[in-house]
Amino acid sequence: MNRTVETIPLTVNGQAVELPADPATRLSAALREILELRGTKVGCDAGDCGACTVLLDGAPVCACLTPLAQVTGRSVTTIEGMGNASLKQAFLRHGAAQCGICTPGMLMAATALLADNPNPTRMEAEDALGGVLCRCTGYAKIIDAVLDTTPKAATPLPKSGDAVGSRIERLDGKSKVDGTEVYGADYCPESVLLVRAVRAPSAPMAFRFGDIDAWTAMQAGPVQVFTANDIPGKNCFGTIPPYADQPALAETQVRLRGEAVALVAGDAAVIENIDLDRFPVTWEALDPILPVHSNRPDDCLITGLVQRGEPEVALKEATHVAEAHIETPYIEHAYIEPEAGVAWMDGATLVVQACTQAPVMDRDDMACILALEPEYVRIIPAAAGGGFGAKLDLSLQPLIGLIALKTGRPARMIYSRAESMMSTTKRHPSKMTGRAGIDSTGRITGMVFDGDFNTGAYASWGPTVAGRVPVHASGPYYTPAYHAEARAIHTYEPISGAFRGFGVPQAAILQETLYDDLAAQAGMDQLEFRRINALQDGQETVCGQVLYGVGIAACLEALREPWQIALKCAGEANRLEGHYRYGVGIASCWYGCGNTGLPNPSTIRIGITPRGELCLHQGATDIGQGANTVIAQICADALGVPIEQITLIGPDTALTPDCGKTSASRQTYVTGKAALLAGLALRNRILSLTNTGPEARILLRDGVIAVTDGQGERSIALAEITPDANGYALAAEETYDPPTTPLDENGQGSPYAVYGYGAQIAEVRVDTTLGTVKVTRITAAHDLGKVINPLLAEGQVEGGIAQGLGLALMEEYVPGRTENLHDYLIPTTGDMPEIKSIFVEVPDPEGPLGAKGLGEHVLIPTAPAILNAIRHATGARITKLPALPHRVLAAIKEAGS
Amino acid sequence: MVTDYHRPETLDTALGILADTRAAIAAGCTDLYPATQAQTLRGQVLDVTRIASLRGIANTEKCIRIGATTKWSDIIDADLPPAFDMLKEAAKEVGSVQIQNSGTVAGNLCNASPAADGVPCLLALDANVEIASIRGYRDVPLNEFITGPRKTVLEPDELVTAIDIPNEAAGGISRFLKLGARRHLVISIAMVAVRLVVEDQRIADAAVSVGSCSAVAKRLSDLEAELTGRDVSNVATGIDFNALISPNLAPIADIRADALYRNTSACELVRRAIDDLTVTEAGAAA
Repeated sequence: MNRTVETIPLTVNGQAVELPADPATRLSAALREILELRGTKVGCDAGDCGACTVLLDGAPVCACLTPLAQVTGRSVTTIEGMGNASLKQAFLRHGAAQCGICTPGMLMAATALLADNPNPTRMEAEDALGGVLCRCTGYAKIIDAVLDTTPKAATPLPKSGDAVGSRIERLDGKSKVDGTEVYGADYCPESVLLVRAVRAPSAPMAFRFGDIDAWTAMQAGPVQVFTANDIPGKNCFGTIPPYADQPALAETQVRLRGEAVALVAGDAAVIENIDLDRFPVTWEALDPILPVHSNRPDDCLITGLVQRGEPEVALKEATHVAEAHIETPYIEHAYIEPEAGVAWMDGATLVVQACTQAPVMDRDDMACILALEPEYVRIIPAAAGGGFGAKLDLSLQPLIGLIALKTGRPARMIYSRAESMMSTTKRHPSKMTGRAGIDSTGRITGMVFDGDFNTGAYASWGPTVAGRVPVHASGPYYTPAYHAEARAIHTYEPISGAFRGFGVPQAAILQETLYDDLAAQAGMDQLEFRRINALQDGQETVCGQVLYGVGIAACLEALREPWQIALKCAGEANRLEGHYRYGVGIASCWYGCGNTGLPNPSTIRIGITPRGELCLHQGATDIGQGANTVIAQICADALGVPIEQITLIGPDTALTPDCGKTSASRQTYVTGKAALLAGLALRNRILSLTNTGPEARILLRDGVIAVTDGQGERSIALAEITPDANGYALAAEETYDPPTTPLDENGQGSPYAVYGYGAQIAEVRVDTTLGTVKVTRITAAHDLGKVINPLLAEGQVEGGIAQGLGLALMEEYVPGRTENLHDYLIPTTGDMPEIKSIFVEVPDPEGPLGAKGLGEHVLIPTAPAILNAIRHATGARITKLPALPHRVLAAIKEAGS
Repeated sequence: MVTDYHRPETLDTALGILADTRAAIAAGCTDLYPATQAQTLRGQVLDVTRIASLRGIANTEKCIRIGATTKWSDIIDADLPPAFDMLKEAAKEVGSVQIQNSGTVAGNLCNASPAADGVPCLLALDANVEIASIRGYRDVPLNEFITGPRKTVLEPDELVTAIDIPNEAAGGISRFLKLGARRHLVISIAMVAVRLVVEDQRIADAAVSVGSCSAVAKRLSDLEAELTGRDVSNVATGIDFNALISPNLAPIADIRADALYRNTSACELVRRAIDDLTVTEAGAAA
């Protein structure tokens, strides 16, 4: 139904406007699509995330819940009109914006608070911002920024050679705080077709289409319909080619609720109002006992195995043996930006600008699906409003690509929150059992791990999870005898894919539970028990890989003093009567950076134009973690120029060489090393052209490179050099691929060239009559090898801890039941503990400047540390996550009986 | 021009439109928009936010009157007696600041969620719901107004015009406790509202209600009777909370908690709310 359009007068950012619009339109839609003020973000359309917060006559409201009618004659302020430069500056200075998708909402909520209360307490700030969800930062730096808005002189950028190690504000931060960053939903070309998908209400089902032409003719305007029959290429993709099994559009049957079967496209006004429940498709339930894929009759996608020694013998002979069983549920990535993007034709080239973590993989899969040569597909990653693994997989790219290719018109698609949650990947639910034994001195003698990981309807990253888990399930501890098996099992449920840690966070919960049991049995301090078992340089991992630069012992030692203080504080607090009990828990992590025993190169190009512009082609997608800044820091120092002279190019498959995917904590290490090599190569070229020594200083100014050493100054006039094919007078391009070896049939080999390490202490307060848990402090020690940017590294730690806390205490995705952000709970401002980050630098022999990955490591120890702390406080042993109050209370009662 | 998004300025016009169209009633819209993925509300909509007579909180001779379009943030900002402290506490727990700036108290009742934050408090304030239609006015006690999950006695041609708190129920001190699995933006597992009138160190009157533990939030008259007359310095002594509370509840198991836990936590929250209030009161007397 099209309602009569009215003209609605209002003031937006101080300017009177008259909006021709339906008065029942959401204010968010009017701001974004009529006024093109796309700094206001939409994350849920339900008031659950606060990303769309604007000020209405100065008061914060969710624009998605505000009918345009109620804004008549009133004043709306959006991020574009916010002003308040000192608050924005504070956000940048504190690293409060990572992906930046929640930043406008946070800034608006903070502006309202500060207008009423210029000097809020931390608690007041947390309450005022409690209605805006952030999935990246863990909130600490956001609150820090709100409490520190006194204008300060900008910190000068470090001088030449000093970029690495500096707390540099993110180089791409300005657009995130002023609302001009372009995310997947923020670009809308002329004459665009809006695309929506018809999705399966449940699964497994077979389906048949009815009279689509008749249905189309009934719509309010022209509508085009596309089905699997329209796909010109191979309607099958997957992140790991040998296991590719997922159609872009289902052909005859659906394997998960929410799977797309057809697309409708047309003008937005028509498409938005279509009732897709009436689309002519008939569904027929299929027998859920049938295998999900006929070529995998037992539903087992793959089994990962690592074994060495005789673990059963070791356990039999052990002084103490512990056994545990743990179950974890589906976990949703819950980035605040639902998938969105636009595709269009540029001549014969299909261009896709959408959210992604893996532009080159997208290009190659798209080419295959649409029967194009890869060079005729260009992927321009939109700014990603959070990824955490799920935006590694294709989502809407082939759908909008198909329509742009078929119609020649730009095609735009924006997933609803429900659509995003039901159709994109999740963390694997797991059912794990394990046993571990120690000798009389408390040293681990053997461990057995067995896990079923529900990989859902399609393969996605199931093979990676099944492969990574057995490699990592020992934890960063010397384990001479070991057998670990992880199976990825298909179900007719959501696709489990990549999520920060690829199964390792689940396995760590089991292993660290066993370690607390063993320490207790041995009568040893929990930290010291881990310390004596920590892997050391020259020792073999469970894969038989001999490691150097191993930092786990250093992390545990860095935690020794905070651990003792925390234990003392908890002990003192527990002397008081009352229903609170206090506890402290510890857990460790290790994590191999990059693909498991497979090539995963990155290539960096750096060039200087004849005019003297220094361009860094940086193809690593920055999904908030900070690659744009960190890679530039490494490269600037390698070349020997101040970082502000670098112009970032890309990512864009037409402009940047392949830097692989943003996953597996590999960008700082792998792309960072390529950037180091490229910077050094260009430096050497300049030094050789000027015949100067290795200590020479390079100055880039006005089309001239001036090089100074003890012998004096030499210069290169760039304009006099014939530019190369890329337009550069001088350039270098270097590729780095981690030296790994594939695992053999026993899982023996060198699957990763670099590992990172860490350990965290959780302090909790448990309400023993209600079963509620408050995490009061987390002290996190992580070995980064070399800290490239402490500010960004802290942000990773705090954000990872927030996700780990959610995993431990509240997150559980139930298909068909929690497809929104009020039933699926992620931590809010008020749920976060104080976080203390301790950085340890044990240089890695392979990493650039000794650096190791960090992004996933930070999440791994949090949940087991919290669970161990709950147990320390109350004796409650949580075996089924999340530790919701009713489960904790039941476990407390069980422990007491 | 006739449209189907109606924004009348008078109640009479609104009631006429409602009688003609049976429109969905829109105020804060914090429930209407989440129920659709569309960018516009569809069908007939009657927006009551321009009707001046429905706005604000007023003291009348017999009651404190909360107009139908009074927002949660208005409750937080209002100067109200201590009996309303629990309502203010509940207001601060409704969603977020953003939701409190839009959502209305009356909408919370009309939406009739078993987990509606406002209902236990308003039950404990003996609230009456004033309803209007072209057929006239009627008052319905809140405990009769909500008849089940998402169900009320409202006829399609009726709308709520006000919530009235009788003066005799506006006495005493009060406390609201909400339990959820996270701090902000959370749907409760259980919540309780307690209002106690203390005279001469004795509980002269008690009103206790529990939400999220039955299809409709419940007053606990057995417990109230047991509390009445007790000395504030040892109210809870000898009270079997479980025996007095549990038979009145019918909690369900869902993603947030199991039924046993809801029951246990409701009893514990009631006990704590009473403790909070009586410790304060006993302390004040000492």
